[in-house]
Amino acid sequence: MSLTASILSVLAKLLAGSSVRWVDCQPDTCQRVYFANHTSHLDALVLWASLPRNIRMLTRAVAAKDYWDKSALRRYIAGSVNALLIDRENIKVHRSPVELMIQAIGDTHSLIVFPEGGRNASDEMGTFKSGLYYLGKKRPDLELVPVYIDNLNRVLPRGEFLPVPLLSCITIGPPMWLEAGESKTEFLKRAREAVKRLKDI
Amino acid sequence: MMIEGLHFEPLLGLLQGANWLDTATYWLVFVVIVVLIVASIIGQTLKRQPESVVSPALLRTFNQRVRAWWMMFAILAAGLLLGYTCTIVLFGFVSFWALREFITMTPTRRGDHRTLFWVFFVFTPLQYLLVGVGNSFVKLESASAIWWADTLNLEGIDLYGLYSIMIPVYASLYIPARIALSGDARRFLERSAKIQFSLLICVYSLSYAPALAHLDLLTSKQAVSNTSSTTDDAPPSQDTEEETTDAEAQTSTTRRKWKEGGRAGLLFYFILIVQLSDIFQYAWGKLLGQRVIAPQINASRTWEGFVGGVLTTAIVGALLWWVTPFRIWEAACMAFVTAVMGSAGGMTMSAIKRDRGVSDTGTLVQGHAGVLDRIDSICFAAPVFFHLTRYFFSDLA
Repeated sequence: MSLTASILSVLAKLLAGSSVRWVDCQPDTCQRVYFANHTSHLDALVLWASLPRNIRMLTRAVAAKDYWDKSALRRYIAGSVNALLIDRENIKVHRSPVELMIQAIGDTHSLIVFPEGGRNASDEMGTFKSGLYYLGKKRPDLELVPVYIDNLNRVLPRGEFLPVPLLSCITIGPPMWLEAGESKTEFLKRAREAVKRLKDI
Repeated sequence: MMIEGLHFEPLLGLLQGANWLDTATYWLVFVVIVVLIVASIIGQTLKRQPESVVSPALLRTFNQRVRAWWMMFAILAAGLLLGYTCTIVLFGFVSFWALREFITMTPTRRGDHRTLFWVFFVFTPLQYLLVGVGNSFVKLESASAIWWADTLNLEGIDLYGLYSIMIPVYASLYIPARIALSGDARRFLERSAKIQFSLLICVYSLSYAPALAHLDLLTSKQAVSNTSSTTDDAPPSQDTEEETTDAEAQTSTTRRKWKEGGRAGLLFYFILIVQLSDIFQYAWGKLLGQRVIAPQINASRTWEGFVGGVLTTAIVGALLWWVTPFRIWEAACMAFVTAVMGSAGGMTMSAIKRDRGVSDTGTLVQGHAGVLDRIDSICFAAPVFFHLTRYFFSDLA
């Protein structure tokens, strides 16, 4: 891991004061898709930083290209934490985001995704987009791990650029898979519930 | 020691003289280490015994507490050994962390974000900066303090006048105004009050503890030769100073200057008394506790614990008079007031935690206690201890 990445993860942890809880789930280097609620620009970085070092090196956060490709600094940060930048605007037929993700992880890496799409302004979690379903369908061997990120929206809310160093909490829940014959809507609803349930544990 | 032309010194509050710690303080630190070692050994021994007389829950609490005391002691000792500036900076960080826990526990709205940024990154550092500089423009001991005083015409200005009102007046006016600018009027008064209160408790009140260390202490005690043997142990370098101040004292007033090295000792004494008062109240409550003060707030605080704890603290505080500029009865009174205030602080934080539905402030997750749980009594006792010391035992001229 590069020096910048190490410094970034230490900074992220200090700033977000995050405590990490693994509930019915153990840190493992097997291929996983961590899917979480999205409320702050810091989400991906803080979640990535709170994984154990050996897992962190194998995990790539999926981030929006339109945001992270905008300035040299953002590109540099995204590059040093090995983020996977996905174009949300021009989606080509044979290079859909899901295809790109599957290509990028090969058979070693894990992913961090935010299925709500954009950051959520209200307290209520938005509905999940279908990417998670297709990931689970095309790669049934991937463990889909729900993550609930609490209080990070107060550290750096939408539209703010100066962070306030409050304490946050990251809860990582039990892995789930796409059930046989489960429809897209059913699965996405179940996945969303799995994230929501971690809030109260 | 000091580089010519480097004028940051007073701003950093570098007031540490050669005699920042005296022998009495070293003795007290030594006694505390011994007590902590004994407590750790007892805790670990009981833990190893499967059939023990004390309940496992009580033992776990005890061991956790001992660990927290070691931590607190280590931080305080490190600060004291490294000098005045480090003590100020360490207390600043403790305030910062406590504030973080407090605001995390208190719901705020999006519109409060920028106000909170000010609270964390402007008011908190500023308060400790003002406390750190303290009265160095009155004493003008270092070349850099003289330089700043000359350049900015600050000579004779004691920043006590500013740091004692900066948060209660200016920050308290600024906070609601800044929230109003954000354009969100929902629960306006409540949100302002929450932020004002957290700043007042976590930063303003706590900053009075390290502020103790810049007071020019006076004592009514008899001259050194007549007091206890412990104060006689002062290093030879201080003897000459003591003699001159003795001579001055005899001609002018009955009160003499307390030794420079006793300042850190007084801070250590204060923290120790507050912690002891917590322990004694807990112990008396466990032993004789019958009448709970306010069951809705805290089921474990009883009148028996309160009275027993406060009286025991007063006795122990009196027995430790040799570290302080106080005479025995004065030390007893100071310890008494400190214990009462500490208890009030514990009750207040209990009420806040009960209102928020949490048992500890440390993390969003229930389980282990945070910094705020450990310093609540210090926060309440510090301003009162400071002001009593300032009015009755320091040179205000």
